[in-house]
Amino acid sequence: MAAAITRRVLPGFGLSLGFTLAYLSLIVLVPLAAVFVKTATLSLSEFWAIVSTPRVVATYRLSFGASLLAAAINVVFGVLLAWSLVRYSFPGKKLIDALVDLPFALPTAVAGISLTALYAKNGWLGQYLEPLGIKVAFTPLGVLVALVFIGLPFVVRTVQPVLEDLDVEFEEAAASLGATRWQTIYRVVIPTLLPAILTGFALAFARAVGEYGSVIFIAGNLPMVSEITPLIIITKLEQYDYVGATAVAAVMLVASFILLLLINALQAWTRRSARRIT
Amino acid sequence: MSIKNTLSWLGFLLSFTFLLAVAALAQTAILNVSYDVARELYKDVNPAFVAYAKDKLGENVVVNQSHGGSSRQALSVIGGLEADVITMNQSPDIDILVERGGLVDKDWRKKFPHDATPYTTTTVFLVRKGNPKQIKDWNDLVRPGLQVIVPNPKTSGNGRYTYLAAWGYALINEGNEDAARTFVTKLFANVPVLDGGGRGATTTFTQRDVGDALITFENEAISIQKELGADKFDVVYPSLSIDGSAPVAVVDKNVDKKGTRKIAEAYLQFLFSTDGQRIIAKHNFRPRDPSVLAEYAERFPAIKTFSVDEKLGGWAEANKKHFADGAIYDQIVVKK
Repeated sequence: MAAAITRRVLPGFGLSLGFTLAYLSLIVLVPLAAVFVKTATLSLSEFWAIVSTPRVVATYRLSFGASLLAAAINVVFGVLLAWSLVRYSFPGKKLIDALVDLPFALPTAVAGISLTALYAKNGWLGQYLEPLGIKVAFTPLGVLVALVFIGLPFVVRTVQPVLEDLDVEFEEAAASLGATRWQTIYRVVIPTLLPAILTGFALAFARAVGEYGSVIFIAGNLPMVSEITPLIIITKLEQYDYVGATAVAAVMLVASFILLLLINALQAWTRRSARRIT
Repeated sequence: MSIKNTLSWLGFLLSFTFLLAVAALAQTAILNVSYDVARELYKDVNPAFVAYAKDKLGENVVVNQSHGGSSRQALSVIGGLEADVITMNQSPDIDILVERGGLVDKDWRKKFPHDATPYTTTTVFLVRKGNPKQIKDWNDLVRPGLQVIVPNPKTSGNGRYTYLAAWGYALINEGNEDAARTFVTKLFANVPVLDGGGRGATTTFTQRDVGDALITFENEAISIQKELGADKFDVVYPSLSIDGSAPVAVVDKNVDKKGTRKIAEAYLQFLFSTDGQRIIAKHNFRPRDPSVLAEYAERFPAIKTFSVDEKLGGWAEANKKHFADGAIYDQIVVKK
């Protein structure tokens, strides 16, 4: 390992690292630091009073809970989708492949409005769901639906290339060595895919936590029930309460950062254990 | 694309920009930063003013518009959007420009007639055709089981007017604040969706078919009837409502820097002229000019109103008491 770090084929380590750091600082660190600098004008007790009011706490629960759940749902169906796209050929495959990226491209407000129109009680889907007692639009369930929608491409696009590299021979070898179908999946396929799945999960989660545009239309935005944390931030801004807004933003940032770090650590661990297997 | 091709495109672009620049030199451009639902109004006001400026002032004027949520627009101006005039739907959004950066002179209310408000509107109800739930006045809206659509008072001026109208109705009729508090608590317990702004609430009520009544500005209610058909909705005028005057101001710091004060002031003055007032009335806002109001009398039934200044101690106090974080509005929605 040590030799690999000191002897490089291409020169320019200093330059590229310097550029990386400067660029990251300019694009990411400086704006984020501004959030913390603004928050620092508050005393600790003032800060705590702002970020721990029941109404704000209820939004953390919804924002982080729904985002984690949406990312988990996307993992299940995203992997399935990636599997079908890589392993089978069927008419219209290219089309479906392109469809996957649409949630990336669509303005989130458009997504929010269309989903609301679909799931409202007079909408295409809502008219059948409401009589069954399932209310989607203007409930926390609607928030989940919107977050699943915008997060889908992340899992598919991270798992797909890894799956393409995973030769069918591995599965065949496992089968010929006497593994059952289930064993092949959880001992060969899943361990190889796991780092990519975790990356997809992390990306989908991160996107969902910060999502505002699509959720705001379908959520209903009732205090204590269906308000998301970004809405609280926007609300505070519109009351000219910059400091309060940045305080809540700081909590979101720290919480997201910790969660993403955990996911990264988990990913590193799975990658190491995957290497041990192969 | 070949290099020659690229060059000719560049040449074309350059000459086009040059032409634009020449055209811009010959005329004065002013920017009106305004709130969301005034979009259609100023689309009509601006060409009329441009014609007026050419005729009467001998000036070539271009009026640019920017629309969005009222408070967000004020924030943009504070942030550096070079507005010459701002036209809002509640005075705190202009007062904030006085407080932050001194962009507007603190006596802005005295610069134009009627406290610098060229028109008013009021808060009314829109109900489904034939009024199946028999909603006639504010106290009908607090009946258990009824669904009322209101935009979020935290993010929308329209929602704030609605809340304060309900508060004022209870305060004036019952005479004490406890009763008013109980009343708004019951009202907001009947709200199933809080949209960010007035238009969002309109969509929820009219397109998503949610709710028995929409509480919104009179101009919005009349426009909905016109746009979506009078056979679908009825407008209900309560026995008492709130006076929603829309304030306007010149952004002093910007016009002095750009040298556009004369045009900016003429623009706002134009809103108070008979022509301006007629355009305002056509867009379902109540004009200040009594003779214009009389022309459109059948559109604007008489309604008893109270203003935030006379009954609720002014906007600054009302905001602090009701809408600040942890204030009465937060308390009632969290408790329910």
